[in-house]
Amino acid sequence: MARKILTEHINVPGIETFDVYRKQGGYTAVEKAIKTMTPEAVVEEAKKSGVRGRGGAGFPMGMKWGFLAKPEGVPRYLVCNADESEPGTFKDHHLMKSIPHLLIEGMIISSFALGANKSFIYVRGELMYVIRILEKAIEEAKAKGFLGKNILGSGYDLELVVQPGGGAYICGEETALLESLEGKRGNPRNKPPFPAVKGLYQSPTVVNNVESIANMSWIINNGGDAYAAIGIGRSTGTKLISASGHIQKPGVYEIELGVSVEEFLNSDEYCGGIRKGHHLKALVAGGSSVPILPANLIMKTAAGEDRLMSYESLSDGGFATGTMLGSGGFIVFDETACIVRNTWNFSRFYHHESCGQCSPCREGTGWMEKVLHRIEHGHGSMHDIDLLVDISKKIEGNTICPLGDAAAWPVASAIRHFRDEFMWHITNPQEASQPGAVYQGEMALV
Amino acid sequence: MTETPNLVAFTPERLEKVKEIIARYPEGRQKSALLPVLHVAQEQWGWLSSEVMDYVAGILSIEPVEVYEVATFYTMYHLDPVGKHVIEYCRTGPCCLMGGEDVYGHLKKKLGIDAGQTTTDGLFTLKEVECLAACGWGPVFQIREQFYMNLTNDKVDEIIEELSK
Repeated sequence: MARKILTEHINVPGIETFDVYRKQGGYTAVEKAIKTMTPEAVVEEAKKSGVRGRGGAGFPMGMKWGFLAKPEGVPRYLVCNADESEPGTFKDHHLMKSIPHLLIEGMIISSFALGANKSFIYVRGELMYVIRILEKAIEEAKAKGFLGKNILGSGYDLELVVQPGGGAYICGEETALLESLEGKRGNPRNKPPFPAVKGLYQSPTVVNNVESIANMSWIINNGGDAYAAIGIGRSTGTKLISASGHIQKPGVYEIELGVSVEEFLNSDEYCGGIRKGHHLKALVAGGSSVPILPANLIMKTAAGEDRLMSYESLSDGGFATGTMLGSGGFIVFDETACIVRNTWNFSRFYHHESCGQCSPCREGTGWMEKVLHRIEHGHGSMHDIDLLVDISKKIEGNTICPLGDAAAWPVASAIRHFRDEFMWHITNPQEASQPGAVYQGEMALV
Repeated sequence: MTETPNLVAFTPERLEKVKEIIARYPEGRQKSALLPVLHVAQEQWGWLSSEVMDYVAGILSIEPVEVYEVATFYTMYHLDPVGKHVIEYCRTGPCCLMGGEDVYGHLKKKLGIDAGQTTTDGLFTLKEVECLAACGWGPVFQIREQFYMNLTNDKVDEIIEELSK
């Protein structure tokens, strides 16, 4: 059994309540941090742990904390990014609804480390029931003296606010999230200035993902070095993986970074393998925005080594033969899945969710969706394939925020690895546009 | 469907709630309360008419246009009247892999309406939404705060019949 940092107690009955969470050792890390450590020492443990941003970017959290400006007399803020809306990713949802106090405890420790007296958890509005769970947990923690004025008699004050979003994927981008938190449209800001210098209300702000923050209680209890000893290389610790699609056991799993893709996909401890009687065709390892890979390239790197669930191994080979760990949204496709239809579906998502601020994204995502729609529905031409590649290149890297890249990569990678499937759709329009029709040509199935 | 009354005002309980929301933010930053307050408004009136948005602007001491531009940006705010139950159906990739498209077709047939429409008895409004962050339990739809997961045609029939009573 792999070590569990975040989900060890997640199935304990009543763990969503303060008392049960406390009985399992909850809030001891807050006591330790606030009573025996300085904020600087807490930041140092986060740095030592090597924990990286679990929302998808993978930037070292402690280093991000280190960038926080500390001008005199200006408030600082911690904002938790709980706007999880990347297709294939549902780990934060699972964590918050099942063990809300883990996030609350992490927020208290992190806020203390950063010198924030008011912190926000920005939750996507679709999860209103989760918002109620978090609010209840906050009330409980406050009643027990772990939140509010003079926490545990230390003189440290912290108010925690849960903010509901309004249904916009773009608000998962940190500066769009801050705009939204200020009561505006979720239009990403230009960087610099970075939030660490001018964030919420133009004050120094750190924005961290739910899972990143939830790691903090374990890190404080066990030390950053102990955390860094788990995992592989610079991919330290554990990671929650949301597994969906054509597998035996969809769900959220905590892995030690470095297990092989093969083991994660096929062992009973995790996904339990592909649906009975089927074969793996393709896999998206890190949420809809990361490049899709065919079966052979996801199991082995181009050099023939076992592909591991880590930031480095998944991105080995760059975008030619690799992908990214991203947010850990593991979407599995067997041979019954139509890559063209799925690419169109993802493209529709990015078109719908583009905030419309930058022309390449606003126009390009819609253009890609239209072209994919006509290929999928039997009206495409061979020229359309190159056109899609061309549009994706014109979006990628040319927008204020990474939503443009996120829209371009699924399309570019699908064509890179499954061009013959797109061609089949164009040369056999009547057959290909039938409901459920799937290309049966040469495929590297595993 | 909820009609917007001529005189727009929060109920006393909701007004208390709104005041509590505004107090969460630093002095002068009451505009931050806009999204949460619009959720409360939608809870009361079902949808956001221009009268309601003007009223919210007044409460937050901001310009009405600041409310309009936010309400039109976020997909969770209804700008037209809706039915008693708003079904938000996830149409995104992972749900589709699990048969989401077929179940969606069945749901539309069952209700006799298409996306964006309301049944003639005013009971159901159907909305397509993007990923609901429940991909492992798809197909999925949401009605208010309730998630309905691992949907099948039979399960859809049961839910609709239960809510139609």
